[in-house]
Amino acid sequence: MANNGNKNQQNQQKGELILENVNRVFRMPGAPACHALKNCSFTVPRGSLTVLVGPSGCGKSTLANIAAGYDHADSGKVLLDGKPVTGPGRDRIMVFQETALWPWMTVMKNATFGPTMLGGMNKSEAEDRAIALLDKVGLKDFRDKYPAQLSGGMQRRAELCRALVMSPKVMILDEPFRGLDVMTRELMQEYLLTLYRETGLTMLFITSEIEEALFLGDQILVMTNLPGTIKTTVEVDLPRPRDFSVLGTERYRQIKSEVMESLYEEGAKIFAKLDGAGDLLGSCRAGS
Amino acid sequence: MNPYIVLGLLLMAVLAVGAWQQKKKARLYEISWGHQLRKTLTSRSFLLQMGGFVAFVVIWELTVKVFSLPWFNRLPGPWECLLEWLSPDPAYGISIYTEDYYTHIIYSTYRATTAFVLATLLGVPMGLLMGWSRKFYDYSFPLVELIRPIPPLAWVPLAILILPGDEPAVIFVTFLVAFFVTALNTLLGVESIDESFFRAARCLGADKRRLLFDVVLPGAMPFIFTGLQISMGAAWFSLVAGEMIAAQYGLGFLIWDSYSLIQYPVIVIGMATLGVIGWISSAAVRSVGRKLMAWRERELYGS
Repeated sequence: MANNGNKNQQNQQKGELILENVNRVFRMPGAPACHALKNCSFTVPRGSLTVLVGPSGCGKSTLANIAAGYDHADSGKVLLDGKPVTGPGRDRIMVFQETALWPWMTVMKNATFGPTMLGGMNKSEAEDRAIALLDKVGLKDFRDKYPAQLSGGMQRRAELCRALVMSPKVMILDEPFRGLDVMTRELMQEYLLTLYRETGLTMLFITSEIEEALFLGDQILVMTNLPGTIKTTVEVDLPRPRDFSVLGTERYRQIKSEVMESLYEEGAKIFAKLDGAGDLLGSCRAGS
Repeated sequence: MNPYIVLGLLLMAVLAVGAWQQKKKARLYEISWGHQLRKTLTSRSFLLQMGGFVAFVVIWELTVKVFSLPWFNRLPGPWECLLEWLSPDPAYGISIYTEDYYTHIIYSTYRATTAFVLATLLGVPMGLLMGWSRKFYDYSFPLVELIRPIPPLAWVPLAILILPGDEPAVIFVTFLVAFFVTALNTLLGVESIDESFFRAARCLGADKRRLLFDVVLPGAMPFIFTGLQISMGAAWFSLVAGEMIAAQYGLGFLIWDSYSLIQYPVIVIGMATLGVIGWISSAAVRSVGRKLMAWRERELYGS
């Protein structure tokens, strides 16, 4: 097994994700064609935590699905380390909006599912790895519990572990903390930063909250409203490791206003559209 | 043995089981047994449950025996049937002391169980396959939907023609109903699985085998077990109908035969027996389901 160049070998190599002129149009009967993504281009640099911010319904999830390989681009390129993305794969792990832990498996079974796939690690090796990660997020004692027995925050942490244990080249997090209360959410952000610092993985984090974006990100991509495209890229040069004291700094406020300015321009457009052309967003989301 | 003594013993058994359950509950809530017993006996839900039973029996006795209403006056009363059921020397030859009674029960149970097991062994894989493969779904679903609405009894003549003897025919008819219920509920179960469960498995690199056994099957399990409970009930009703038409033994045969022989209390005994067996069998399916789906039970975390 060792000598045949195990293709699923866990490697620590950090990936670089590039999207070039990605377009995606949804067509639904009885509704105008919806241009969800238009000439979307950006780069998630190796080992960076890039945050994608945009008004809700602007095509962020469509973008995430395309990057993860669940959906396809109508035109344009999605490249991971220069190779085109053709479908879901172990090198790009996605963390979903709603918890997608399998409720019929214990936390440990969930976390070792990926690593023990065909050609992967043996069970004890995978369990050691999983325990190390679970320990970091305070779930070591809950490894034999089922997801339904955990609180919402614990479920999200377990899901982060399930993704991180794969050491993917890129981790895609699609509004992973949505629906959590403020306290839990802040706690989760700190956990994520700890995990990011310790693993140094490339991460694409999608959110609709500016504070979250600023607190977590190295760079923020601001997305326009439909048709979705990247409007501006803002570098966040706040020092790491970050804690909540950065929220009080002058630099934080500067960057925040910069992001807000371009974001609110977009937010205003939604209302104009809603007034005029009917529920364009609604028809588009039904198609996504 | 006197029927009254048997009745007394039965009542005592029921009370003992009830008392034991109350004891368990008392331990759970950490209150005294007497306190828990009082709480249950005076609870609204218990009184209503008992009220329902008592009202049913009283109305039955009143309409049949006391007022002897037209149409109802040919029916046997509840007390009469109960005594006949428990009598060591039954007037019509069927009671808990007679061998015939158990022969009928064993025949029916054997047929229902065979049909149910076959239906489960074939229906669950069929449903999984239909939910799993779009191609197989397109191929089979219209056919299934066309055959399924045919009432089971309509199959009896053909079943007798195709299969050797009455016995396989009755089992086949029973099987058929249970099979469709199981297959369609399993299909529904697969369709109910959240898309993100599949997505997560795909990006974690699951092959088809792991996807089937670790995601599809457990994900469909709640619906499968709902289906099995319904299929158990459906198996019993089509079995009884089948037995009435084409069988020499079994509770359905017993009921129909007693009607022909004007032995009305035996009809009620047969019906009541079916009620008890049906209740036990679906409780059994439920408890197996609960064991297999322990993950659905919530409990306080950290415990």
